[in-house]
Amino acid sequence: MSTVPARSPATHPPTSAARRARALLGRAAVPLLFLLLCVSGALVAHIGPEFLLREMLSRFARNAVLVVSLLIPVLAGLGLNFGIVVGAMAGQIGAILVTYWRIGGIAGFALACAIAAPLAVVFGIGTGWLFNRSKSREMVTGLVAGFFANGLYQLLFLFAVGSLIPWHDPSMLLPQGFGLRNTVDLWRIQYALDDLIKVHVVLEGSPVRVPLVTFLFIGLVCAFNLFFQRTRLGQQLRAMGQDPHVAATAGIDVDRNRVIATVLSTLFAAWGQLFFLQNLGTLNTYSSHDQTGMFSVAALLVSGATVSRATVWQALLGTLLFHTLFVVSPLAGKALLGDAQIGEYFRVFVAYAVITVALVLHAWQGRRR
Amino acid sequence: MAERAAPAGERRGAATAAREALREIGIPRLLIALFLLTLFAVAFATHMDMAALITDCILRIARNGLLVLALLPAIQGGLGLNFGLPVGIICGLLGCVITLNAAIGGWAGFGLSAAIGMALAVPAGLGYGWLLNRTRGQEMMVGTYLGFAVVSGMSIFWILAPFTNPALVWAISGRGLRTTLTLTGIWDKLLDNLGGFHIGRVGIPTGTLALFALACLLVALFFKSRAGLSISAARSNPRFALAAGILDERTRVQATVMSTVIAALGIVVFCQSYGFVQLYTAPLLMAFPTVACLLIGGASVSRATLAHVVIGTVLFQSILTVALPVTSQVVQGDFSETARLIIQNGMILYALTRKSDR
Amino acid sequence: MTAPVLELRGITKEYEGNRVLKGVTLAVRPGTVHALVGENGAGKSTLMNVLFGMPVIHETGGYGGEIVLDGKAARFASPADAMAAGLGMVHQEFMLIPGFRVAENIKLNREPTRANPLSRIAGSTLETLDIATMRHDARAALDRVGLSIDEWMPMAGLPVGHMQFVEIAREVDKKNARLLIFDEPTAVLTESEAATLLDTMRSLAAAGLGILFITHRLDEVLAIADEITVLRDGEVAGRLDPRATTVAHIAELMVGRPAATVRHADAARRAGGTPRLEVRELEVDMPGEEVRGVTLTLERGEVLGLAGLAGHGKVGIANGLMGLYPARGTVLKDGKAFALNDPRAAIRAGLAFVSEDRRGVGILPDESIELNIVITAMEAQNRFLHHGPIPALRLLDGGAVRRHAREMIRALDIRTTGPRQQVRRLSGGNQQKVCLARAMTLEPDSLLVSEPTRGIDVGAKERVLEILRQLNRERGMSLLVTSSELAELRALCDRIAIVYRGRIAAILPPDAADAEFGLAMAGEREAAGAARG
Repeated sequence: MSTVPARSPATHPPTSAARRARALLGRAAVPLLFLLLCVSGALVAHIGPEFLLREMLSRFARNAVLVVSLLIPVLAGLGLNFGIVVGAMAGQIGAILVTYWRIGGIAGFALACAIAAPLAVVFGIGTGWLFNRSKSREMVTGLVAGFFANGLYQLLFLFAVGSLIPWHDPSMLLPQGFGLRNTVDLWRIQYALDDLIKVHVVLEGSPVRVPLVTFLFIGLVCAFNLFFQRTRLGQQLRAMGQDPHVAATAGIDVDRNRVIATVLSTLFAAWGQLFFLQNLGTLNTYSSHDQTGMFSVAALLVSGATVSRATVWQALLGTLLFHTLFVVSPLAGKALLGDAQIGEYFRVFVAYAVITVALVLHAWQGRRR
Repeated sequence: MAERAAPAGERRGAATAAREALREIGIPRLLIALFLLTLFAVAFATHMDMAALITDCILRIARNGLLVLALLPAIQGGLGLNFGLPVGIICGLLGCVITLNAAIGGWAGFGLSAAIGMALAVPAGLGYGWLLNRTRGQEMMVGTYLGFAVVSGMSIFWILAPFTNPALVWAISGRGLRTTLTLTGIWDKLLDNLGGFHIGRVGIPTGTLALFALACLLVALFFKSRAGLSISAARSNPRFALAAGILDERTRVQATVMSTVIAALGIVVFCQSYGFVQLYTAPLLMAFPTVACLLIGGASVSRATLAHVVIGTVLFQSILTVALPVTSQVVQGDFSETARLIIQNGMILYALTRKSDR
Repeated sequence: MTAPVLELRGITKEYEGNRVLKGVTLAVRPGTVHALVGENGAGKSTLMNVLFGMPVIHETGGYGGEIVLDGKAARFASPADAMAAGLGMVHQEFMLIPGFRVAENIKLNREPTRANPLSRIAGSTLETLDIATMRHDARAALDRVGLSIDEWMPMAGLPVGHMQFVEIAREVDKKNARLLIFDEPTAVLTESEAATLLDTMRSLAAAGLGILFITHRLDEVLAIADEITVLRDGEVAGRLDPRATTVAHIAELMVGRPAATVRHADAARRAGGTPRLEVRELEVDMPGEEVRGVTLTLERGEVLGLAGLAGHGKVGIANGLMGLYPARGTVLKDGKAFALNDPRAAIRAGLAFVSEDRRGVGILPDESIELNIVITAMEAQNRFLHHGPIPALRLLDGGAVRRHAREMIRALDIRTTGPRQQVRRLSGGNQQKVCLARAMTLEPDSLLVSEPTRGIDVGAKERVLEILRQLNRERGMSLLVTSSELAELRALCDRIAIVYRGRIAAILPPDAADAEFGLAMAGEREAAGAARG
């Protein structure tokens, strides 16, 4: 509120049809490029559609919710929430406890979700608080917060469990008597959600599980996201994401909403990690959550989403594309260059490159003055 | 609008001075220093070989010093914490690999590695600096992921590139560099042992320390030169600098090039001291402990001095060296790694969320 | 006479000892348009901040005086409070979200909603937006302000004039609106858009709202206001009836002050010879202070003043000459071609600049006084450096720097604990002296000073002016002084050029009548370039 002579307010050029078409093409360029990569890789490695379908049925079910959990922070202007790692840890704590208490099946899975939820809320509040103290640097902060939380997680599970925290199941502990083992077998809750309604499809001659219920829940999560955008809170977050200053002047409590957005994201990430674990059946105690943030972010961006704009459809599309590439790349590397390792490095490189490009585009400034 | 007048002379009691000093130092640093003292105390109390411990500390400090120094020009240039250090590190590693492949050993090998690395770092730094100019406000994030992308891209290169020296490549396939290349007998510990002497039983890697000191001196002098002062002025107030004819677009690139070149030299010195050249994903996260060193020394996202470089390297590297042997007496398992994660990332988190930096 | 909807009684505000508002009283009656005019620094923004309960006011010691809304005393703890009580503000910088639709902007944070199963559990924040009602209300508001665009249009792409009206529609949609404040609304509008806006304001007033209209456009004030309050130096300089006053009179009140000392045109003082600066058709793109074609001459040894209302471009002239903003035109320095858009060239040609934006451009706050004083000379003139082969790597000559700094501190009487003190710790006046010291270090033959005494306490003001006089008298330095304080210019300058709408309206001697200045500043004197005296 000043009475210095006005600067011309940002005038936005009228959006003609041609301009909108170009914008659409621009947004479609990235996923199209990836589609091209996947298709050429599949051709080179002689991968058939049935094989891909088999892989995608499980990979999509595993990863979709994690990617969707990134959407609300993007809406709210927090950028890419690399801090979902923290939510994944909350989910893992739930899985570990449920395994310790030997509760299996859908009950065990539900209990794990119920345990993870309040943990995720607390972690989300903490991360949100950090975001509020590092405005304009949220993404780096989220990234480093994930690393830091990993340290605390290790402190808890590598040292405190079995020593400070009594643990009455020595089969879960390391030979030294304390510290959780590197892998925890989740056989009791494996496929708890996937197989709630058993459906199989025959691919390449053998039956393949179709995780119908998981897909249903993924649909519910997506529906919630779509619904959320049409609520008062969603509208507030949208406003904040576009222009925090205007939002604040209109009376929106920007700081509080940022924390709420982070909490929701962390919560979905926690459940998303549980979806992931129940399908995989094994928990790598110290590394399952490691690449969660990075891969989920890369998956989102591959669909053409950006740091400031991401839709539910892009999240789903991105999951499909990214994980197809994930499967195809090592096989293509082996077929093309005789070395599967190259393919593995390639898919990681692609993930990093996609994120780098998205960050650069987000921050890109044209010629000065 | 009317300005606020500067505070009139405050009466400084000892209490206020102490409180201000505490705020300047910051609780985290205090805790870290205390942790280190505790470790040493425990080591002493449990009759550990103090001389060996101290020797190792000094070795690691000398080994890492240049890398931490590389962060200084970037902060002085207004670019924040240079998480894109891997860009310079890769240049240095390339230099090492090229000379090793040509089977050049001894001082020539070491010198050539450094020279090639630094030469490569100039165009790399120029490109990186240009990118940072286009992404003002998000330098740290862009640098982090650019570094990651470069390291993982280079991983493919290490496999595919035409390096043929059988000492370097995988024996079975005959192609692709090994993950770790050994320097024993080539130029391992060359600088460390240069003029190396002992104080009692504590060994001093004189050559490396001397190079580190020389580099610090040169950097300090540079920032008292016209070019260096211009860089600092442009960071301090870009509009002021413009009025004096200094373009901050140029100074930022200069600062980035300096940082990248010193990083390239730093990794070659590191490899020399460590005895191995580590390729593939090893450099991926190297920026983080380096940044933590600087921050522990007292630096912030917008301000760093040589004292911060030295103090921070001493503190953090000592902790890293001492923590494992000391804690392994008390606790089984690698507590030092967990401690490192917590201290290192906690420190960076603290620096990123300090109000005074915004 | 109806009871006023808003009364401000004796509002005072201090920022760390600096009295920015010294007891402002005004009243706005419902159904009228009350214009508030004043120069930058007169206190208009602070007054609005106080009225709206902005955090910056509370964080710096609050305010004195009373705000009375509809006869009841009111104290607003936040903008939300003020808005809830019925105050609305149409900002200068539009508070609109380009990615939203028009209706969404109009209803921002006040959207009508409907309950749903989730909201019954989790709270009202999850209620669904009632789009139909939103559109309906928005349509009604748009109709009230006379804008016929589709309320579901995206905001981006609307012309500036329409955006302004959407702002107004938002305020009008607030059912309890009692008083609407317009802050420089026409600054970015075309002539016809401005006319439409004024009509809208009239009709809104006619419907019973009170309108507070803050503007620099004095002709608009006369066209539409029912009452005028002129603010100057934090006080009410005058209350005028628009039917009984002129633009010139308003301008006079805004800038004039009974001048204690007035310099008499001293023809003998001009040294004659080639003018220091000949400026022809200078254009400068300084946002908010555009220069659209200035022609003037700075004679050797003369003190030339640049006056004019804020926003008309007087500040842009010096900034353009020194290369801080893009400039075009022809400039001769001592008869030779002078390169624009090149700060280093300007310095090398013998000019030095003291900016009006002390904090933003004038100092390096975290560096020492001595560095602040010498660094421009070091950079642009290669001085204060030890010898060395590579110019860029020459080291700073600490001894020479220290000596020079001490001399400057003594000469300008800078109150400091020593040359190594951080500039940020100095008072405004002493910081200004550091800026002057830096300019003087460049050993210029011409000094361009903008707002030399802004934000400085009274004692230091005189000292700064005295330093300028000395530079002119004893070193024959030519001075180009830009200032919003006419009295200062009249006490200092040989001639004063008045800038109006980016051009020179008149050049007057310091002892010209107040009315002449007023007229020129108001644009009534179209004697562009006609020098008098």
